Amino acid sequence: MDTILTINNLTKKFGYLTAVKDLSFTINKGNVYGILGPNGSGKSTTLGIVLNVVNKTSGDFSWFDGNTTTHDALKKVGAIIERPNFYPYMSAYQNLKLVCKIKGVDFSKVDEKLELVGLLDRKDSKFQTYSLGMKQRLAIASALLNDPEILILDEPTNGLDPQGIHQIRTLIKQIASNGTTILLASHLLDEVEKVCSHVVVLRKGEKLYSGRVDEMISSHGFFELKAEKQSELIQVLEADANFSSVKTEGELITAFLNQPMDASVFNKLMFDKGITLSHLVKRKESLEEQFLKLTNNQ
Amino acid sequence: MLRLLEIEFHKLRYSKASKILIITYFVLLTCIALFASIKFDIGPIKFHLAELGIFNFPYVWHFNTFVAGLLKFFLLLVIVSMVSNEYSNKTIKQNLIDGLSKKEFILSKFYTVIAFSLISTVFVFIVSLILGLIYSSYKEPSIIFSDLEYLIAFFIKLVGFFSFGLFLGVLIKRSAFAVATMIVLFFVEFISYAIVSGYNRGTDVADNIYQFLPFKSLWNLIDEPGSRLSAVQAVAQQVGEDLAYDYAVHWYEIAIVLGWTALFIFLSYRLLKKRDL
Repeated sequence: MDTILTINNLTKKFGYLTAVKDLSFTINKGNVYGILGPNGSGKSTTLGIVLNVVNKTSGDFSWFDGNTTTHDALKKVGAIIERPNFYPYMSAYQNLKLVCKIKGVDFSKVDEKLELVGLLDRKDSKFQTYSLGMKQRLAIASALLNDPEILILDEPTNGLDPQGIHQIRTLIKQIASNGTTILLASHLLDEVEKVCSHVVVLRKGEKLYSGRVDEMISSHGFFELKAEKQSELIQVLEADANFSSVKTEGELITAFLNQPMDASVFNKLMFDKGITLSHLVKRKESLEEQFLKLTNNQ
Repeated sequence: MLRLLEIEFHKLRYSKASKILIITYFVLLTCIALFASIKFDIGPIKFHLAELGIFNFPYVWHFNTFVAGLLKFFLLLVIVSMVSNEYSNKTIKQNLIDGLSKKEFILSKFYTVIAFSLISTVFVFIVSLILGLIYSSYKEPSIIFSDLEYLIAFFIKLVGFFSFGLFLGVLIKRSAFAVATMIVLFFVEFISYAIVSGYNRGTDVADNIYQFLPFKSLWNLIDEPGSRLSAVQAVAQQVGEDLAYDYAVHWYEIAIVLGWTALFIFLSYRLLKKRDL
């Protein structure tokens, strides 16, 4: 698999504060990566370092095969970090033309990308008249101008209304389906869960987890149960080696699985033991619960 | 180099404030021509500035570059704001992410400084040439094209001054504060110069030290031309004052200003490189 970005033992200190601590991970072509972490966990700093706007304290990173300078590599990268930054007095079209000049791209791309993000009819309006959602979409258009190998997005839906969030997410999925590698930093779990295939979890600048999103949710799930013969049910569950623990909250019993088990198999088992269930739901822990577990336990 | 100039030109050309300042500057440069029409005619006192010989070749080169040098403040505002606006709009960050290196960023600003200075110099050359051709008493080509070193000095003076502004823009990141800092620095230098020369009356101590400081070195490039006028000299001679100044442009004056320019640009680059954006 082609490597796009390798980060080795990267550290950044702001005075006494260590924003990124000994961070290493690799980004391969064709996946959608998420960097997940609460505010202040070093996501933006990490992106700032690889994008050459923040100076690293120690460690190193390399783009592509390792022989490209960061300056050249950035011409094959599209990135927006934090808020969309454009010249307020220029129109969308003029702003994108400027980016074309910087990146050395043909002007014909401007209309194409504006159309992609649905801003073609507003291309002559000044940037300062745009709503935040439009600014964010313009930023994505700008990052896509050079048809980048990787698109880096830092909190792309931050501060947007639900409609704007939906538009941006649809856009990201659309771009990902075209084979562009995406690196998405976010503190929103469902965003990462919905959009990303791989995730790096950060807390206070340290890596807690890196790997596939579905492997991060490592448990086998749990059953939520209700039955009239509640005490008998609890007895049976506690005797069964398939379950690691049983919790009771009012009428609702939660039984955590040790190994994979199908809901229908479980239902039949209970029926054979003379217990009829009035409520049976099999669920997996959400990324959110996993994330909170990860970030709290350390 | 052309690419960098083009990028900077694109940024300036849509900015209303910059456009107004640039136009004002060039209109004011043209207004030097209005000096020609200054005419007092009050009874027995007749005064026509153009006839005093201020537009005589080669004196016109000296006079016009000196007056035009006073107007550079307008372009300074453009230079300072074109740097500090990149910080306040955070576009500098986006420029760097989009693939402009820090070196290219500073160079694009510096090339713009050179371009502005060059255009101003050519502009002053043309205005002076026209005024001279109209009012000068001497019109032989050998006289017309003598003393052109004042135009070189004018060019160097602008480059040095704008580079100073560029550096302050990078350092302070806010145009108003950067300009204010420049004014404060000017007064610090000016007042301390007055004090030092006050304590060392009759010697060259103050001048010898201050010729190396930024504002005085810029000022030294083109000496004050007023006392060179034949009319003024005639009056001075009558009252027994000797006004034998050294008006020439000296190589070491140019070298000092070029030294400052190099230092300002280098420091701007170092600052940008070391800073986290």
